Amino acid sequence: MTIKNDDYIFDIEGLNVRYETEDGTVYAVNGLDLKLGYKKTLGLVGETGAGKTTTALAMLRLVPSPPGVVDCKKLEICGQDIRALSAQKLEEVRGKDISMIFQDPMTALNPVFRVVDQIAESLEIHEHLSRSDAQEKAKELLEMVGISRSRANEFAHQFSGGMKQRVVIAIALACNPKLIIADEPTTALDVTIQAQVLDLMKDLKEKHDTSMIMITHDLGIVAEVCDEVAVMYTGRVVEQGTLEDIFERTMHPYTEGLFNSLPNIADRQAMLKPIRGLMPDPTEQPKGCPFASRCDYASPECESEHPVLRYVSDTHKVACSAYDRQPDFLLERRKTR
Amino acid sequence: MTDALLDVRGLKKYFETSHGLLHAVDDVSFSIERGKTLGLVGESGCGKSTTGRAILRLIEPTAGEVLFEGVDVVKLGSGAMRKMRKNMQIIFQDPFSSLDPRKTINQIIAEPIKENRIITDKVALEKRVLELMETVGLAERLINTYPHELDGGRRQRIGIARALAMEPKFIICDEPVSALDVSIQAQILNLLKQLQERLGLTYIFITHDLSVVNHFSDDIAVMYLGQIVEKASAEEHFNNPLHPYTKALLSAIPIPDLRNKRQRITLKGEITSPVNLPDACRFAKRCNECVEQCTKGIPPLKEISKGHFVACFKY
Repeated sequence: MTIKNDDYIFDIEGLNVRYETEDGTVYAVNGLDLKLGYKKTLGLVGETGAGKTTTALAMLRLVPSPPGVVDCKKLEICGQDIRALSAQKLEEVRGKDISMIFQDPMTALNPVFRVVDQIAESLEIHEHLSRSDAQEKAKELLEMVGISRSRANEFAHQFSGGMKQRVVIAIALACNPKLIIADEPTTALDVTIQAQVLDLMKDLKEKHDTSMIMITHDLGIVAEVCDEVAVMYTGRVVEQGTLEDIFERTMHPYTEGLFNSLPNIADRQAMLKPIRGLMPDPTEQPKGCPFASRCDYASPECESEHPVLRYVSDTHKVACSAYDRQPDFLLERRKTR
Repeated sequence: MTDALLDVRGLKKYFETSHGLLHAVDDVSFSIERGKTLGLVGESGCGKSTTGRAILRLIEPTAGEVLFEGVDVVKLGSGAMRKMRKNMQIIFQDPFSSLDPRKTINQIIAEPIKENRIITDKVALEKRVLELMETVGLAERLINTYPHELDGGRRQRIGIARALAMEPKFIICDEPVSALDVSIQAQILNLLKQLQERLGLTYIFITHDLSVVNHFSDDIAVMYLGQIVEKASAEEHFNNPLHPYTKALLSAIPIPDLRNKRQRITLKGEITSPVNLPDACRFAKRCNECVEQCTKGIPPLKEISKGHFVACFKY
């Protein structure tokens, strides 16, 4: 079967990002392959330092250099080779084809510009609208995200956290992007406001046929909004698949560890089963599996063999060599499901 | 209630602002039995942290009584309060800003012990510090490191060791795991639970994370704009929530399970300003079940069934 590139909104192969600092080289992303079909939402899951945000920045060529060094075999988004774009062309892609929603709405907005102008800015640049048309469209966008147009001339500090994030979403959606990268968009918000913002994002995504990457550490959010999930650890994807693959047919011990760390609402008495130890130092490149030292299933081979991310079904990929050695290997979580 | 370690009655904390009086904590009452955990839940600005701090008098309460083993803490003079604080400790949310960056772990943990002249002998002091480090699972070799050399989980362990140094009976945990990753969060929650069992500690667990609080608490009090709107055992709280706010809060938690999908109640609007509050149910503006009565007075916290209190005119 031949797969055409335009079947995917983005297609990344062999992405490496390292930060060369005075204290040594930090290997942030290591040989990452990732692609996503049109109109889908991918949840990019992992803990602090897993390389989620760096991956997103690398996709937009926003990794600061120095200290960042990026190399990549393939980086195609919306059918364009992002690596080959000129600076000017890149400006056109950012905000128009691909837009980003940042984690912290408190700092993502400019405090000295009216919110309406911040939304209109990208419309004037990308859609070449006149100033008054852009302002009008910006007000429509504000209404779309549930903010009255009467507040358009206010400044960011006059808005609450949830409203600021709505403004950021309005900016991201202004030019009908094909791909939205949302980096922990609700982490800074309260749960009831988070629920509002997630509902809004889901609605808008469906209405505009947008594809989305949802970067989060919260598996609950993933279950609610994503179609596919990629679990990252030490700059690598360790498991990827559909929502059902990851939640119901969990294969990687790290993914299982994440689930076991979560308090279970249904069973209060259950003791949490945290993953022991800590993430390895990102300045060192482990020889074997990077998760081996924390893994309950690890065998001596895991310390030396580097696991390869390989398909176990049409949709499900896992990087764990236990499955190569033992075809009937099954995680504890799977036994109860 | 029988063996209540802490009994808070009519606690109030108002702040004067240029716009008027800010009701941060407005007539909050509860009691906690020895060895139990009360979860204090709510969204930012609901007054949960202020309640915690007012109990320890880190900020002076405007009114109310805080009875600790029958003694009203609020009325104590500064010397007596100092002694009292040995029994009442706090663990802060942010392990990054709550530790002095210029002090080693040894100094940080030893400070309260030296300050209260519990151990003056140098050798004995270091032994005690090592003992505390072991209790919270910090390796001995870390004794002379500085906070910036450690990750969030280890830093939070220092905060816990420091709180335990006074051998307190009661600890307020103010969002102790919010700044940590899930796998580390689970380690710290387990540690706190083990310590409670071993040392018979009583906790107030302040958090906005309902799944954490459910896991951790015996009783749960939900706060909204400075008041407790519902209080019940953790089980009752999750199986039979009554207040419209509690119901919405519970339904808003994203659940990491594909088989247990629940109908979500999405609240309209956002938390209103706690300045110059009207004499009405504080949740009325966002409530899906609001009736006329709700805008005409503050609903009292009533016991609906044994141990289950709700402040809503519906009941």
